Amino acid sequence: MWNNFKNGFIKENPVFGLYLGLCSSLAISTSVNNAIGMGACVTIVLILSNCIVSLIRKITPSEIRIPVYIVVIASLVTVVEMVVHAFMSELYTSLGVFLSLIVVNCIILGRAEAFASKNGVVASAVDGLGMGLGYTFALLLISVVRELVSTAGITIVNPFNSTQVLFSFTIGALEPFKISLFSSSVGAFLTFACFAAFFAWLKNKPNKKEAK
Amino acid sequence: MAELFTMALAAILINNVVLSKFLGVCPFLGVSKNSKSAVGMGLAVIFVIFGASLITYALYYGILVPLNIEFMQLITFILVIATFVQFVEMFIKKYSASLYKSLGIYLPLITTNCVVLFVAKDNITQGYNLVETMVNSIAYPLGFMLVLYLFSCLRERLDSADTLPSWKGNPIALVTAALMALAFSGFVGIV
Repeated sequence: MWNNFKNGFIKENPVFGLYLGLCSSLAISTSVNNAIGMGACVTIVLILSNCIVSLIRKITPSEIRIPVYIVVIASLVTVVEMVVHAFMSELYTSLGVFLSLIVVNCIILGRAEAFASKNGVVASAVDGLGMGLGYTFALLLISVVRELVSTAGITIVNPFNSTQVLFSFTIGALEPFKISLFSSSVGAFLTFACFAAFFAWLKNKPNKKEAK
Repeated sequence: MAELFTMALAAILINNVVLSKFLGVCPFLGVSKNSKSAVGMGLAVIFVIFGASLITYALYYGILVPLNIEFMQLITFILVIATFVQFVEMFIKKYSASLYKSLGIYLPLITTNCVVLFVAKDNITQGYNLVETMVNSIAYPLGFMLVLYLFSCLRERLDSADTLPSWKGNPIALVTAALMALAFSGFVGIV
């Protein structure tokens, strides 16, 4: 059980391992704040879409299943977008168009097609949660590096009230070495490349237990 | 006219979809392994984006706005795009077998290409008129095709490069993309 959970994070991490949902994970990871917000939105949509797809899997004709899944996902994303717009306007502005682009995030359609259309509701929900957390984990990793390098500190604010800072620190020693390039696209690609290589190394590393 | 040209140039080089807006990164990594398929994919994307943008533009101002149901735009747009891609695929299959052969596998992938949905939405949020919409929906995919082609040429050389095993494939390609993004950020001042 624990191993399956761990696999979703490292060996089958949707972002680093399977290269899904790259666009949003590169664009949103400028700050930890955005990463958490985006991760939460994607996880919620993923769990709900997996549940719904799994519920309707027996009555959906297989010829038109992809359009049906897309409509389900698009409706859920519209709802999430409205909720975020109403209660977290700061987050809504910083996520911008990427909030509605969750619709074309391949992780969601991929899980609906590969898992939820063949399994029960509870299993699908758990799968959605695992994959969503894996995605959030990847976003967090990239954004922590990028925010640290570009601003020498990390700030997390309350999503419902952006003036209330929940958690914040700066590393004084890093202050003279800030590289603002890391908040732009160059830093995104570079950081992502380093993590992708690291995960590839983890994957191919000979397992000690298997060697015995 | 000059304004339209500036707009097109900005969309192709400065706000390049892949390198500065991070859209369409999946096909950017997936279809860039050889330059021939990169060109095919690029052409297909230009065609689909142009068609889909015009249809969504007409639907938005012809149906959604008069009925006051603008919140339905996401669902409408994604359905239009999915249907349009399917239709284009069937049309090409019927009338040009050779084109279908060279584009066939990339066509269904375009539905999940975020550039299409982005351009359709961008035309609406920027409040463009019909001419601006047409320029915008050609310029963005042109920028996509340009970068995809350049990148695929680089990748053909990368294949024979001697990289560390864990950097082989996508990681080293991403480093190349970072360097390309750096080069493209030099265009920022020109408009």
